[in-house]
Amino acid sequence: MTKEQIKDTILEIIAQIIPDEDLSNLKDDIPIREQVELDSMDFLDIIMELRKRYGIEVPEDDYIHLATLDSSVAYLEPRMKEL
Amino acid sequence: MAAKKPNEARIVITGAGLTAPNGNNLAEFRKSLLAGKSGIQKFNIRYMGEVLAGICHFDPLKYQKKKDLRRGTRAGSIAIYCAQEAIADAKLDLACLDKSKIGVYLGITEHGTVETENEVYEIKQFDYNVKYWSHHHNPRVVANNPAGEVTLNLGITGPHYTLGAACAGGNIGLIQGLQMLLLNEVDLALSGGVSESTGSFGIFAGFKSEGALASHPDPEKACRPFDKDRNGVVVSEGGCVFVIERLSDALKRGAKIYSEIVGYSINSDATDFIFPSAERQVECMKLAFSKAGISPEDIDIINTHGTGTIEGDPVECQAIREIFGEHPHAYMNNTKSFIGHAMGAAGALELAGNLPSFEDYIVHPTINLDHLDPECPLNNLVTNEPKRIDKVDYILNNSFGMLGINSVVIVKRFEE
Repeated sequence: MTKEQIKDTILEIIAQIIPDEDLSNLKDDIPIREQVELDSMDFLDIIMELRKRYGIEVPEDDYIHLATLDSSVAYLEPRMKEL
Repeated sequence: MAAKKPNEARIVITGAGLTAPNGNNLAEFRKSLLAGKSGIQKFNIRYMGEVLAGICHFDPLKYQKKKDLRRGTRAGSIAIYCAQEAIADAKLDLACLDKSKIGVYLGITEHGTVETENEVYEIKQFDYNVKYWSHHHNPRVVANNPAGEVTLNLGITGPHYTLGAACAGGNIGLIQGLQMLLLNEVDLALSGGVSESTGSFGIFAGFKSEGALASHPDPEKACRPFDKDRNGVVVSEGGCVFVIERLSDALKRGAKIYSEIVGYSINSDATDFIFPSAERQVECMKLAFSKAGISPEDIDIINTHGTGTIEGDPVECQAIREIFGEHPHAYMNNTKSFIGHAMGAAGALELAGNLPSFEDYIVHPTINLDHLDPECPLNNLVTNEPKRIDKVDYILNNSFGMLGINSVVIVKRFEE
């Protein structure tokens, strides 16, 4: 996957988890949870989707890397580039 | 007659919200009951394929967001829809009420079965590796879930819980609310019952294994209590929530009053896991008469519990005959014949379906009764067509369940 594809994938997962939110204006460098209503259980849904879809395990200590879209792409890129 | 109670000790129904397989509010439901319109359809369920079921067609997005639906349960959505509709029907403005003095009491037959089956099915594709088990599982399956989702949705901070009472749950949710009002624990109760049973293959399969799952080439004819060709239960989902309050409060706010709950009773067979006991059902009805301070001859309409099983229906008939045999003026009907067995919602839904009789003096019938089983002789069973009657002052609602739990509610035409 390219970085752009990874970002689209993350956005698609988030859209599935919070279907009532408008994600079109989501800023890449601002924490996602500051821009949309995404609570801790929703965040765990992102982790679960990555596990189910791509077999990617995100350890709890690394959750911080999924704060923004930019940091998410940077963190996931080495794990998803071969997909 | 019993001495008249003070208005603070009289509990009245002032709102009703419901979803049934043949109607999504009381007016629609009543219309279907008077028109003989069934809500039973073919339905596909995991592992079993095509079964017959009563499915509700309300719009859950009327009161919830898509995210709420994804996170919560079907029972929660049914409960929220019914509670919101009941509040609107009662013309209550929650913003003006003390939400810490509102209680939510919902009867359930079971809860968590659907969600657990779904999770097990989901992790099957991951070779049953439990790291794929959802973090939403526990809040979905806790027994208070349907009532708790109502409080989350409405911002109610008073007590909420469910009453696990098998198929007597709907009546018992109502009774619990009444008791909490009488104890002054709350000022308003959202009481009734809900069922999401159609989401569980296990419930269908369980009835099938018992030899008690209804089948018929025409789904609408499958639920046929008291008919000699009946062959079991039609599993349905549904819900009904009543707004109930003390008469003194209802009068103060000029509320529309559907009826007064004057009698109720709950007892246990203590005889069998499944098979009912006529003796205890008789005792239960007598206890309700005693609490209401009335006699069997005062009852005008009896909503029978009859589920359409070979074994269960004759037992209730025997109990009713023992009490009402000499008082044939009470008319009887059966609401499950239209909507199937809405499990935890059944008692409340069936009571709701009969409440309009106080206004229109019509008894909705038992449908699908082509050949009355000789084992089920009932005086004044209204069959297949509605019947207009001259007097409707008291309605009795029977609701019984597995493990031998019996409940009776008696409501009275409201008179100051």
